[in-house]
Amino acid sequence: MMQLECPNCGPRNVSEFRFRGEYVERPHDGADPARRRAWAEYLYFRDNRAGVQKEWWYHQAGCGRWFLAERHTKSHAVENTRYWGGEATS
Amino acid sequence: MSFTLLKRGLRPNRPPAPMWREHPLQDHYDVVIIGGGAHGLATAYYLATVHGITDVAVLEKRYIGSGASGRNTAILRSNYLTPEGILFYDESIKLYENLASELDFNVMFSQRGHLTLAHTDSSMRTMQWRAEVNQIQNVDSRVISPAEVKKLVPFIDTSDRPRYPIMGALYHPPGGVIRHDAVVWGYARAADAKGVHIHQQTEVTGIDVEHNRVVAVQTNRGRIATGTVLNATAGWCSLIAAMAGVRLPVETRPLQACVTEPLKPFLDTVIVSGTFHFYLSQSDRGELVMGASVNPFASYSTDATLDFAEALAGHVLELFPSLAKVRLLRHWAGLCDMTPDFSPIMGTTPVDGFLVDVGWGTYGFKAAPVSGKRMAELIATNRTPELIAPFAYDRFFTGQIVGEKGAAAVTN
Repeated sequence: MMQLECPNCGPRNVSEFRFRGEYVERPHDGADPARRRAWAEYLYFRDNRAGVQKEWWYHQAGCGRWFLAERHTKSHAVENTRYWGGEATS
Repeated sequence: MSFTLLKRGLRPNRPPAPMWREHPLQDHYDVVIIGGGAHGLATAYYLATVHGITDVAVLEKRYIGSGASGRNTAILRSNYLTPEGILFYDESIKLYENLASELDFNVMFSQRGHLTLAHTDSSMRTMQWRAEVNQIQNVDSRVISPAEVKKLVPFIDTSDRPRYPIMGALYHPPGGVIRHDAVVWGYARAADAKGVHIHQQTEVTGIDVEHNRVVAVQTNRGRIATGTVLNATAGWCSLIAAMAGVRLPVETRPLQACVTEPLKPFLDTVIVSGTFHFYLSQSDRGELVMGASVNPFASYSTDATLDFAEALAGHVLELFPSLAKVRLLRHWAGLCDMTPDFSPIMGTTPVDGFLVDVGWGTYGFKAAPVSGKRMAELIATNRTPELIAPFAYDRFFTGQIVGEKGAAAVTN
């Protein structure tokens, strides 16, 4: 089975994790009605790359922490994982 | 008919005539359809037959039907939950019912009945709800008891032995299976006969947009000038749309399916279990065709995984313990473009002349004829038909999300 490296627990089977979707920058001025389109984009629209994608994972059956992974969406090779704002693992 | 067969049988063998021709790539077409699957070819067919628009090219990266059209489990039904979904699929199934005679091609549509099993009180409630909604819309659909299930499917275990015993089922008699390749080939042959150009091995590499209007499509075989482009791809719809500068609310996930070795005919309905996450039917060759839900994370890989086969086999055996010794024959994956509301995206986009018929998730095949017919109508008349208006691209900005909870039968 494919493995994913949890920044806290180390490499674990991917079945322990939940995939939480592509990372999207959150628009800051969301309350502004003129920015509604940006909010719709943030909520629903995705790049959906065929290549390396930055994405959220949640270690559901482990430590329960959320982290980011950079993973190739064709080969599934994981380039690195990290906490949001943290240093990347190899 | 049988005389023709006899006459041909006695004649020396000759290779069959090709069902569609090859053409040089023209440098201009009125309409360019990207994606040679059931949706794209159906659109081309209805453009040519209903609207008389025949200067149409269908571009296919590999061979026609090589994507989702040839990878689905060929199940058709119209027992959806929202009025939009029901109206839409009901028209689709009616088109499928007449497709063989319309295309003069045997698509082997077998309306053998479709059973969605319920294993919990809450799914019994959902089934009842779906049956009521269906009946109001004149879709033949009703809730039946475990005893009636057993009568239709003698080999299924309706006892209280399984982890989740069967409490009832939503029975949809017009549902069934069809030969999916034949649908693709039938539409291709009929469209070709009307003058549509089908270009296989033709990959789109770019879309030229000037002043927010489509002007040309770039391919590995050259440039095609055109004012109208339809993105009818599955699996790659985000990548094609990105070429025109359009972003889509789509995440691509593989869906795996498999067939077993052939068995004597014993199952003449389609069985779906939401709780056990599988669907099962027996093909005309005797193979059991099985599928489940999409993979747990986004991917463009069509690899088959052991996790999937293991989980699926375990679930199927809960209800069909007698299949324990049956071996798997083939196992594959197709790409599904999932949208936030499990409904497709059909119609115009912010770029003039760039239309989409995408985001079909796990059930695009069921909708091919009606999508083709209505997308052709949109292209020909420049007006969005009422039937597909709820699936507009703009709904994500206006908050009019469709929410078809009856979408994937396995995730109810």
